[in-house]
Amino acid sequence: MGAAPAKMASFGLLAEFDNPQALVDAADRARREGFVKMEGYSPFPVEGLREALGQKRTLMPVAIFFGGITGTITGFMLQTLTSGGLPAEWDAWIPFNQWFSYRLNIAGRPFFSWQAFVPPMFELTILFAAFTAVFGMLAINGYPRLNHPLFEVPEFGRASVDRFFLCIESEDKLYDNEKTREFLKNLKPLTISEVPA
Amino acid sequence: MTDMATKEAKVPDKDSLFTGTYNFGTVTSKINDIVTGPTGKGWVVGFAVSFLILQVLLMAVTWLLYEGIGTWGVNVPVGWGFDIINFVWWIGIGHAGTLISAILLLFHQQWRTSINRFAEAMTLFAVACAGLYPLAHMGRPWFFYWLMPYPSTMQLWPQFRSPLIWDVFAVSTYLTVSLLFWYTGLVPDFASLRDRAKNIWARRAYGILSLGWRGAARHWHRYETSYLLLAGLSTPLVLSVHTIVSFDFAVGNVPGWHATIFPPYFVAGAVFAGFAMVVNLAIPARAAYGLKDYITDKHLDNMAKVMLASGWIVFFGYGVEAFMAYYSGSPEERDLFMKNRAFGPYGLWYWMLILCNGIIPQLFWWEYFRRSMFWLWMISFVINIGMWLERFVILMSLQRIPWQSSAWGQYSPTFWDLSTYFGTFGLFFTLFFLFLRLVPMISAFEMKHMLPESHTHAPGSGGHH
Repeated sequence: MGAAPAKMASFGLLAEFDNPQALVDAADRARREGFVKMEGYSPFPVEGLREALGQKRTLMPVAIFFGGITGTITGFMLQTLTSGGLPAEWDAWIPFNQWFSYRLNIAGRPFFSWQAFVPPMFELTILFAAFTAVFGMLAINGYPRLNHPLFEVPEFGRASVDRFFLCIESEDKLYDNEKTREFLKNLKPLTISEVPA
Repeated sequence: MTDMATKEAKVPDKDSLFTGTYNFGTVTSKINDIVTGPTGKGWVVGFAVSFLILQVLLMAVTWLLYEGIGTWGVNVPVGWGFDIINFVWWIGIGHAGTLISAILLLFHQQWRTSINRFAEAMTLFAVACAGLYPLAHMGRPWFFYWLMPYPSTMQLWPQFRSPLIWDVFAVSTYLTVSLLFWYTGLVPDFASLRDRAKNIWARRAYGILSLGWRGAARHWHRYETSYLLLAGLSTPLVLSVHTIVSFDFAVGNVPGWHATIFPPYFVAGAVFAGFAMVVNLAIPARAAYGLKDYITDKHLDNMAKVMLASGWIVFFGYGVEAFMAYYSGSPEERDLFMKNRAFGPYGLWYWMLILCNGIIPQLFWWEYFRRSMFWLWMISFVINIGMWLERFVILMSLQRIPWQSSAWGQYSPTFWDLSTYFGTFGLFFTLFFLFLRLVPMISAFEMKHMLPESHTHAPGSGGHH
């Protein structure tokens, strides 16, 4: 390992506040100052914090929509193919058709009874969309991740209880251990801690 | 310091959704201390009794597996007995949890906040109890995976035109999505349990369950977006599940079942019974754990109003059934209604269900009955009995008289039917007591959001902070 750049010795500086408004105001000041690589931490979602930090809207709804569509198509294909929904004459051309199809004649009803396929298609739409919503959200957020530099700071234990934190990360171009600490001091936080890398 | 901590105690308002004076820290400790604090004597007794009743279920199921379905009272012509009645009853109860957590979230009903966790847990446990019945009814439950579409060596696939297969998709999706919804809501609360835990093993266990949640603004934003969409997905899901359950009956060409009123009437019945069960559980739980500041009389009052409204939809459904029996002009439909439902061998049960579901809940028009804990609990209990009787009458009155009169028969539950039903209460309450002890029963992070000091204004626009 080569010597890491001096400024990478820490993850960043963490300022602690006791109410959400102070955090929003601090984040807003930091953004105006030009900081980009920063993050706010709170025990519950704080309105306006994302805008104050200059973060973009999430594309989760688009992902969830496509997850749902995938479910619909899966449900349709699953039932159509296995019920012998494709004509038997196609078997020569589409080999998988005969591998899957299970042509049951139920009171002379058509093999391709799409109306009866709607309920499972609907359920699979919901199921796939829900999987995307939960597992997609966790994956994009980088969870599960049980270790994190922030957990080394004792004060951060209250981030899930009643304290609000602003962390300016050392990866930020404007980051300078001394100057950034001075800047954070002006925001009048309760504490400022250096987060070890 | 936060303003709230220094503020004087407010005069309690009877319509308040959150009474007492709390700040972010005390909300967390109030809810989490139930989980991290010592085990109460009442909990031990309650859990022990539930666990004992669970053994009755295990005994009944063991005997069923050893001896076969013949231990139940079902036979030709009545093939669907207690198993289907109780399946529909339990799954209906589960629906209120999803309704509270999803539909009320979409409608921005703040009164959902302190009861949603609780009601969602009830959903999960009720669906677990419900799912047992069709599995047990298969006779050979170890082949349950035959219901799933998978490429078997025999190239056999499920019969997708059957409502029973729709049921498999609906119920398994419902259980999965309810579990995801519940767990997603729990992640931030597990994080605060992790951070406040003193015991190293508790810290590790809740640390794993919290997945390492840090509460970053980016994460919260994605979390809230996904959670809201999940609520949007759960809402049609819960309607579809009971609709499909009603299709089990309505799609068949059986007089008295083959009716288009079934889906809406079943869904309304599910909401009706489910809210009754939430009230039955919430009143003792909030008293036992001193949570009257969080689950206020206003919450219970609102739930009573929902029961009143959904009860009327159910009552309307009974009216439509009676009217359609007459209006269809079909002698079978008329005979069935007059001789096998309203009067005849099941007449008593029919009028009891009208009394329990139609007449007694009308007391909720009076505020006194919505606010009196004794009466609210009793009426909710009666509604649960009434909804069980409804399923009993719907199933029994028709199956015993198939088209050929030579095949007519009777059904009566056996000891094993009754013990299986009794035993599922053991399963339900065992799970519920474990939930009360191990998981925060109120969503702490959402309760913090109810506090006035959680609200922010745009930076620089001035404010009192």
